[in-house]
Amino acid sequence: MSAPVIEALGDDALLIRLGAGIDDATNRAALDLAAALRAAGLPGIRDIAPAYASVCLRYDVAAWSAGAASAGAFTQIAARVGTLLDAPPGSNAAPATEEPVEIPVCYGGDCGPDLDAVAAHARLPVEAVVARHAQADYRVAMLGFMPGFPYLLGLDPALCMPRRATPRTRVPSGSVAIGGAQTGIYPRELPGGWQLIGRTPLLLFDASRAEPALLRPGQRVRFREIDAAQFEVASR
Amino acid sequence: MSIRVLAPGWLTSVQDAGRSGHASLGIGVAGAMDPAALRLANALVGNVPDAAGLEMTLRGPRLRFDGGALIAVTGADIEARCGMQPIPLWRPVWIGGGEIDFGAVRRGARVYLAVAGGVDVAPVLGSRSTDVNGALGPFGGRGVVAGDDLPVGTGAVDRRERIVAAIRRKPDPDCSGGHDVATLRWSLDPRTWLDTDPAHPLALLRGAHFDRLDRASRAALFAAEFRIGNESNRVGCRLEKNRLQLAQPLELVSEGVVPGTVQLPPNGDPIALMAEAPTTGGYPRIGHVAAADLPHLAQRRPGDRVRFTETTLEQAQSRLLARERTIAALVQNIHDRLSA
Repeated sequence: MSAPVIEALGDDALLIRLGAGIDDATNRAALDLAAALRAAGLPGIRDIAPAYASVCLRYDVAAWSAGAASAGAFTQIAARVGTLLDAPPGSNAAPATEEPVEIPVCYGGDCGPDLDAVAAHARLPVEAVVARHAQADYRVAMLGFMPGFPYLLGLDPALCMPRRATPRTRVPSGSVAIGGAQTGIYPRELPGGWQLIGRTPLLLFDASRAEPALLRPGQRVRFREIDAAQFEVASR
Repeated sequence: MSIRVLAPGWLTSVQDAGRSGHASLGIGVAGAMDPAALRLANALVGNVPDAAGLEMTLRGPRLRFDGGALIAVTGADIEARCGMQPIPLWRPVWIGGGEIDFGAVRRGARVYLAVAGGVDVAPVLGSRSTDVNGALGPFGGRGVVAGDDLPVGTGAVDRRERIVAAIRRKPDPDCSGGHDVATLRWSLDPRTWLDTDPAHPLALLRGAHFDRLDRASRAALFAAEFRIGNESNRVGCRLEKNRLQLAQPLELVSEGVVPGTVQLPPNGDPIALMAEAPTTGGYPRIGHVAAADLPHLAQRRPGDRVRFTETTLEQAQSRLLARERTIAALVQNIHDRLSA
């Protein structure tokens, strides 16, 4: 990991960048930093969101401009965030001992129209692709793109496959998909270019639930294979 | 009291000051595209600053009020009528009930209707704003459609009554087409708040990847005139006619983006992210529209032209603070004039 960089993201937000790649250690550092920022309870913070290798902070410029004779709002908030970066790392946002959330997935068929293409790309039998996808341990690196859309770390490198040349205009809700080295789950029907290998009957996002998002950053995830009949029953 | 939507217009949605605190779940801000206009509309009817109102786009709705209401219309220039009586903009208007027919927007893109008490739909994750792209908020995150009923809140009755009394004391004689519509002979000056002049450049900060543009593109970003693309919406404003390119291809991992961030997708037409910006993006960030100028970009419509001028972080933040002070002073002035 490189030294953290704090950079302005326009005039009312900033990014704290902890690295440039998609890897477990950098992402854990980003999740830890987001948790530390939340715990610090800084004034005038509108939002804190971790990504793969960075944390985004939206702030109220007026709240950080008090006594503005000397330094501007960005300088002041960056200095304060800097002191948190110097502090020893705290506990993980989601401890590694936490039980993984199990996501039932019906692979292939109507649920995963790109499974055969992924198998051909990986030069593996379809069954092996399913086994490799369902056996791996995943962790939610971040949510983004859409409310409740999880980007998961832990995909078997053999299953990596570029996005489709032409995105679909409609990807069904619950589709489990591969985009490059990433795997994710569509929280509702959306356009999308990722390779669809299966589908879960679980609803990943529902604003009317007490916890709208099924998965949170840092959470561990496992997939469990179900068949089409079980998917139908669970979808009712 | 409630408002029935008879015809929705092009895109009319319930909006407030936006949704904060849930970005880690992929939930963006949404809220009014021109928050200053909504805030001033709220002030004109005695509402709290973050009360919900209606945002109309390019063509307004037809609405039926089932009782008397104190309203204000701000933002873009639009023709609005209650029966034969035109509704003046940028001032408090009492209507005794009946239909308001909003026509086509004459200049600008987005019009705000505030009603005393606020549009009192159930908040979703702390906000009444509609996130159309995220499918979140009132009506499941969609714009209103014919047949929708919009409940009006009952709070701030004292302030509403004081403003209505002020109107009754000194009604505008030019607005007396019927006893159903009354207003003051006084309004805010919209010129500060609605600026669609293509000769007035919008302030733009360099983004993290500005230096990765090739030389011609770096110059073009601050010199060229862009055209607002037809695909522009509440998520992003497409800046066309001057394709930009990077000096070298750049592979990025998804990072946070915010309203105002200007991304450069592979086709070379920059996109300025607007109120419904997603929380993360993976395209190069070549710039950021200054927060003080983002409402002005929100008021440009497809086909309008826009230029950018470079600003520094310190300049942008001082302008933002100055604008906040102007709005606060204006809100106080409205309060003193109307409800004292």
